[in-house]
Amino acid sequence: MQVNENETFVPTIVAFCCNWCSYAGADLSGTNRLQYPSNIKIIRVPCSCRVNPMFILRAFQRGADGVILCGCHPGDCHYTTGNYYARRRMTLLFSMLDYLGIERGRTRVEWVSAAEGQKFAETMKSFAAEIAALGPNRRLEDLRCRK
Amino acid sequence: MQEMMKNRAKALLADGTVSRVIGWRRGEFSYDVTPAVFETAEELERDFVFDAFCGANVSKYLIRESAKDGGRILAFLKPCDAFSFNQLLAEHRVRRENVYLIGIPCAGKADIDRIKKAGIDGVLGIAEDGEDFVVSTVYGEERVKQADVLAERCLACKSKRHPVYDELLGEEGEDLPDDVRFAGVAKLETMTAEERFDFWRSELSKCIRCNACRNVCPACTCENCVFDNPDSGISQKTAADPFEENMYHIIRAFHVAGRCTDCGECSRVCPEHIPLHLLNRKFIKDIDELYGTYRAGEDDGTKNPLTSYTEGDAEASVVRERGRA
Ligand code: SF4
Ligand code: SF4
Ligand code: SF4
Repeated sequence: MQVNENETFVPTIVAFCCNWCSYAGADLSGTNRLQYPSNIKIIRVPCSCRVNPMFILRAFQRGADGVILCGCHPGDCHYTTGNYYARRRMTLLFSMLDYLGIERGRTRVEWVSAAEGQKFAETMKSFAAEIAALGPNRRLEDLRCRK
Repeated sequence: MQEMMKNRAKALLADGTVSRVIGWRRGEFSYDVTPAVFETAEELERDFVFDAFCGANVSKYLIRESAKDGGRILAFLKPCDAFSFNQLLAEHRVRRENVYLIGIPCAGKADIDRIKKAGIDGVLGIAEDGEDFVVSTVYGEERVKQADVLAERCLACKSKRHPVYDELLGEEGEDLPDDVRFAGVAKLETMTAEERFDFWRSELSKCIRCNACRNVCPACTCENCVFDNPDSGISQKTAADPFEENMYHIIRAFHVAGRCTDCGECSRVCPEHIPLHLLNRKFIKDIDELYGTYRAGEDDGTKNPLTSYTEGDAEASVVRERGRA
């Protein structure tokens, strides 16, 4: 969580991006000078399937207000099937978070290819807006990690 | 039953089929029954017990025991234990050829806390009699309906059938319907997010992080558990911080998802009586609903839902869309 000079809440968002698609998509949106919110911290991963549920919780622990995972479209995984496994894992994990009463809007999976710079920027904008509306993450924060 | 089991064990020891027997031994009290390994007929005669307090699942011990040289080990497995064993087998964690399995029937195990709650103190022993338990106590005999003092997992038992065994003592049972099992999860699902959050906060904040649930779990068999790694972001302490429990319980439940046989050991051993089965069963229920019915420990050729996929699987957004309509 961050606060800007007008004392309004600026969410911290972590985006896990697959090296082969959405990470390049983010690059493309940059070279095309498309704006996306600067409070999104991109973490590059070799495949969406590399993201284990602990990464998501760790991001929340370290102060994220929202976490998004971006991978190749189903069928287009660089390693053929990684995103299919990631999809099952994340679906079950998000369902569990919801079951524990943690706001279901705080986590998301999106498929963004290397050619979709526009989609990347738009996805990030809409996710950032959703998290800003939800407010700071209180239900899954670690007080010990607060600065 | 106890005598039948003892005799069978002695016979198998005598003819050399097995060199050891894993079963249960009395602890300080008759209801503190603990798994134990017996090597001789004398030991069996003196210490072997089997009654409604013998709830402990011995299948996890067979990982270590079956790795040993020096003959086979005989294990008595209740139906739920047999599911756990079968799952371990599927994960190549036990050496089948070193184990001799006897499936034993089970009508449900007693929960000592429920017996005490029913006002029965000074418990010395327990016997089954029709629909009742006859509990002998220092004050004399007490009778109680089994259904009132059975462990939670037995009330929600999924099957009376053994998916794996070498021989059976007694009658083989059948699968039971799942609706009782998932009733608790379904109830939570109908609550609002706030109510669910409060429910879990009040439950999980009781956790003393003793790790008993992990240590007893037949699905938690990793040589190096992620929580023993100081870099995992978890402190392994009873924390003043709710994140500690959230992290631990979400991750543990996730790690056993698709492998948890719903044996109920975690809820049984929790000293704080946290309903851990509500976490595991949520995963089981979700998997059933999203990816088709799957039972860990079953031998029906279905694939573990977390190491398989189909192209048409639901997107993760189903969680967000749920309940919006
Ligand atoms: S999580 Fe609990 S119910 Fe599932 S296998 Fe482990 S001990 Fe048994
Ligand atoms: S919590 Fe996870 S890492 Fe630890 S023993 Fe269980 S399955 Fe293994
Ligand atoms: S057994 Fe109970 S108190 Fe111990 S770590 Fe597990 S949930 Fe917490």
